[in-house]
Amino acid sequence: MTWLNAAVQGILLGGEYALIACGLSLTFGVMRLVNLAHGDLAVCGAYLALVFSSALGVPAWWTLPLLLPLAFGAGVVLQLSVLGRALRGGDLAPVLVTFGLSVVIENLLLVGAGANTRSLDGGRLAQASVELTGGIVVSWLRVTGLIVALAVLGVLQVLLRSTSWGRSVRATSDDVDTARLVGVRVRPVFATVAGVAVATAALAGVFLGMISAFDPLAGGTLLIFAFEAVVIGGLGSLWGTLAGGIALGLTQQLVGEWNSQYAVLAVHLLFLLVLAVRPQGIFR
Amino acid sequence: MTPVITRWSRTATVSSSIGGLAAVVLAAVPYAAARAETALIDLFLFVALANLWNLLAGFAGLTSFGQQAYLGVGAYALYLYAAAGVDPAVGVVLAALTAAAVSLPVSLLVLRFTAGYFAVATWVVAEVLHLLATVSPRVGGNTGVSLPGVSRYPLVLWQAITYWWALGLALACVAGIAVLMRSRFGLDARAVHSEPTAAAAAGVAVGRVRRVAYFLSALGTGAVGAVLFCHSLYVQPASIFGPQYSVYMLFMVLIGGLGTLEGPLLGALLFFAMQQFLAGYGAWYLVILGAVAMVVTLFAPKGLWGAVSGRWDISLLPVGYRYRR
Repeated sequence: MTWLNAAVQGILLGGEYALIACGLSLTFGVMRLVNLAHGDLAVCGAYLALVFSSALGVPAWWTLPLLLPLAFGAGVVLQLSVLGRALRGGDLAPVLVTFGLSVVIENLLLVGAGANTRSLDGGRLAQASVELTGGIVVSWLRVTGLIVALAVLGVLQVLLRSTSWGRSVRATSDDVDTARLVGVRVRPVFATVAGVAVATAALAGVFLGMISAFDPLAGGTLLIFAFEAVVIGGLGSLWGTLAGGIALGLTQQLVGEWNSQYAVLAVHLLFLLVLAVRPQGIFR
Repeated sequence: MTPVITRWSRTATVSSSIGGLAAVVLAAVPYAAARAETALIDLFLFVALANLWNLLAGFAGLTSFGQQAYLGVGAYALYLYAAAGVDPAVGVVLAALTAAAVSLPVSLLVLRFTAGYFAVATWVVAEVLHLLATVSPRVGGNTGVSLPGVSRYPLVLWQAITYWWALGLALACVAGIAVLMRSRFGLDARAVHSEPTAAAAAGVAVGRVRRVAYFLSALGTGAVGAVLFCHSLYVQPASIFGPQYSVYMLFMVLIGGLGTLEGPLLGALLFFAMQQFLAGYGAWYLVILGAVAMVVTLFAPKGLWGAVSGRWDISLLPVGYRYRR
């Protein structure tokens, strides 16, 4: 039964990984930008939620209405000030700049918040749980986490498919120059995509912060997980990324059930295996 | 007047003579000023690392943030050879070859990507090796191991051997990459860097160029890892596989000048000086390194050497040809 339990927990956790991964995948698809600070931005979201929730005295997820617009704004500003300029600097510049950004963020968090591992207060949601058949207990927090992740991915899919913003994004993603030619204003598209990417990352960061724990250097692992979810799911497919995230969560929880030392290693090895035998992704 | 095409210059003759002389003087340091050894070993290893990272990023266009994987493989391979009874001073060669051997299958996987995703993929490889080292009791797990077999040398001699290894590596990297870049391979690599598609269309075997650069860089980085271990006599997964090495390499190469031969050398000297003054500031120090790397990439992508050579039109180790009428 513990195995089944671990599997359920893994699936629930996978939603958060997919949520982080979708921003990475979206920015790559649209701007050909791999933001190496993406995981660190998620961790920033968690720290900001920590500050807000302790200042206001409310559970962490209550701060989301305040946090998400801020994260969106931060993404827009980041794109307009730093990332856009980096993208005009050739192939290597975005990689070098976002890596520098990642180093700056991680160490500023280290200076500002100390090296301690923190976790977020989930309020009553964190304590409440529901028993499924056969003694499997799942916490409402994790269930909510998966539901929110699914909802965000679904809304994103609808936005991309059937709004004018979505059409601009897809056109830009296919070919920037042609999109410009037919009148798409690329700068706002890039800026909003960056905003969405940072907001989804921050959202996932808050849920991960409530489910487990984080520290200033956690962003590197989150970036790697997001990247692995994208590759395992198949580049450029949103639902593939969800499946990839769930595959990561499952692997982590199932192997962790056997020996927690090997949990993260197993995730990385799964990624390398997929890369070796099925580089186009499992779910394509 | 007929046009003249030259490659070498008087400046280059002077600078390489000075370089050669400096190498001879530096090789004599253990006899004269043994106290300077420890600091100089660090400097030489920085020079080697900067050049090796520049070979990847600056010449072949591959931004790896996982080269610490080969530092670790080099160090741990040296441990395994030394534990099996190999003289550690000789084991450095075997350790470097082991790192290069590991890089071959790895390159099949990571070179499926380019640019950003390549960077993350190399990072994953470093993390995998890091985690493998922490769960392997044979190499000491999390606590690490110390280098066996050093006691066969008197301590002073061992320090001198480490020093010569570090100096030799730095010289080999500078000279080796200079020769490499003047060869056909160097031309191919720079073509791949500037525009892979056009390079492929012009008949350059893009995949092979990238693989060779990755292999050579792993060979050298493995040797650096082994010498780092010789120097510290103790290795721990968290330090040798630490991503801060990638930050150092990135910083040195960017500040000096990406894709030049002189730049990484200059960057390593500057970084070495900064290390002496600022390393005590810990996290703030890394904030500065990261911020400087961002600013340089955005506003001065040619780095310090680019500014110097652009202003005075000099080249200490010329790679290209000069056309004069």
